[in-house]
Amino acid sequence: MSDMTVPGAVVRSTRPPVPIVSDALTLAARCVRMSSRNLDSLLTSLMLPVMLMVLFVYLFGGAIHTGGRYVTYVVPGVLLLCAGFGASVTAVSVNHDMTRGIIDRFRSMDIGGTAVLAGHVAASVIRNAASTIVVFGVALAIGFRPHAALPQWLAAGGVLLLFVVAVSWLSAAAGLLASSPEAASGFTFFVMFLPYPSSAFVPTSTMPSWLHGFADHQPVTPVVETLRGLLLGMPAGASAGRALAWSGGLLIVSIALSSVVFQRRAAMSAH
Amino acid sequence: MTDELAIEAIGLEKSYGATRVLAPVDLRVTRGSVFSLLGPNGAGKTTMVRILSTLTRPDAGQARVAGFDIVGDRHLVRRSISLTGQYATVDLLLTGEENLRMMGRLSGLPRRQARGRARDLLERFDLAAVARRRVSAYSGGMRRRLDLAASLVGSPSVIFLDEPTTGLDLRSRQTMWEVIANLAGSGVTVFLTTQYLEDADQLADRIAVLDGGRVVAEGTPGTLKAQVAGQRLDLTLASRTAFGDVARCLGERAAISEPGSLTIGVPTDGSAAHVRALLDEVDPDRRAVHRFAVHSATLDDVFLALTGHPAGRADNTGPAGRADKEISRV
Repeated sequence: MSDMTVPGAVVRSTRPPVPIVSDALTLAARCVRMSSRNLDSLLTSLMLPVMLMVLFVYLFGGAIHTGGRYVTYVVPGVLLLCAGFGASVTAVSVNHDMTRGIIDRFRSMDIGGTAVLAGHVAASVIRNAASTIVVFGVALAIGFRPHAALPQWLAAGGVLLLFVVAVSWLSAAAGLLASSPEAASGFTFFVMFLPYPSSAFVPTSTMPSWLHGFADHQPVTPVVETLRGLLLGMPAGASAGRALAWSGGLLIVSIALSSVVFQRRAAMSAH
Repeated sequence: MTDELAIEAIGLEKSYGATRVLAPVDLRVTRGSVFSLLGPNGAGKTTMVRILSTLTRPDAGQARVAGFDIVGDRHLVRRSISLTGQYATVDLLLTGEENLRMMGRLSGLPRRQARGRARDLLERFDLAAVARRRVSAYSGGMRRRLDLAASLVGSPSVIFLDEPTTGLDLRSRQTMWEVIANLAGSGVTVFLTTQYLEDADQLADRIAVLDGGRVVAEGTPGTLKAQVAGQRLDLTLASRTAFGDVARCLGERAAISEPGSLTIGVPTDGSAAHVRALLDEVDPDRRAVHRFAVHSATLDDVFLALTGHPAGRADNTGPAGRADKEISRV
């Protein structure tokens, strides 16, 4: 074999010291810009939670007894439904990147999977912040009256943020696993459905006992209970710890899962 | 001297499961040249590009790109190359300018420089007029040009182009030829794959023909074309009997033989003398040949000449696969 130790051509030297952060931010800006121009999905992600809230409050609310005004009971649930839905859209956008070949371009530019996924997750947080504000505005307009001081507001924001980040990253992993954007959107449906068998819309004690068990032990219930407690100035109690454990655990598992899947998927995306 | 080589591959192998995609392949590409890997669908071209651009690891063998090892120094390779795949990978909902600025930022350029670089490239690729329009409104040829521009943002020294002309109409293809020829003129090394002999002929300094994961021929376009004669004389015969006679006369020399349309094709250099000699040979009585036409050699002819079997045998879906059924060897 011939001598193969050649100092190479000029290597691009302008990479910033922590490229993963700046890459993720650049990619987040890309995702936000694209979602803001995708009118259909923008309208869906804003209109759907508002419609559901109106539906629950005015259509079903009269028949549901929660020991207070139903709008007060249901708003934290709708916020969570909205957040879960908004976050799960990440599955579709991640899958889009994986199946359309742009991931090859990114990888050949030495941009790692973590930066790509973190960009999608950051964009999801920004999208969700926007839709949460809209839902909250409508909630206030139809009679939701929170009783929270600043620390509770901040805590509620933090709990919701962690939940959104966890579900977004889980969705990113689902987007990596799915074979097509259509399949990835199936995951969105799953996340949309999860708040129903929980305490988001009706107290779990009204459910049949087998469902009751599931509803009490799935991630949405403690998060909803915590939000409700914080926003309405009631003690959040044990649910806060469980909410953080669920979201934090989900996040760690999702990050680990997605990094494994990314390596395998990206290496063979042409086949 | 290795110094002169932008790409040096020795014994690269790759299999997916039981399917061997690349038999041991050796390649050497001179710095600053245009190298074309020519082959039908399924020949292993994309796998070769993915291995050299560090996206896929080879099962065996080693390679250096821009002086760096594709496995051990893959991060350094990535900063010296760009890859443009078979499908335009620009974002349709963003404008052309936004796409290029984003690539600039991802290549590590500061904001201002990224903007300047985007402007220069849009100008150079004749996209300045549509810079602020969303890519979804671009034509196929414009998207490819933007995609190519995006690959140049980071000033790579080796550029991989995987089938840059597939799916383009003739005019867009000719524009791509100009663009790629200009790239080559600016001193970078271009490694391109194609299914079309014409692409390689127009652009490449050297061509390697890949078939079933093996390099079956390598050389300048001139030497390769000399091997395959470059032209084909198609004879439409007057009758079934005449078809049989001519087919017997040509034997193995026939490049195509279609009994249905009474057509037989035979390689020629295209010169009047050779065509006349062929006609006299197969049809001394001047009654058997009804019509004739001379075509540029197609990839099928190249493959037939180099491998003894028509192109596209590995491919069951593409147009070449269909041609396989229509064209039977004598």
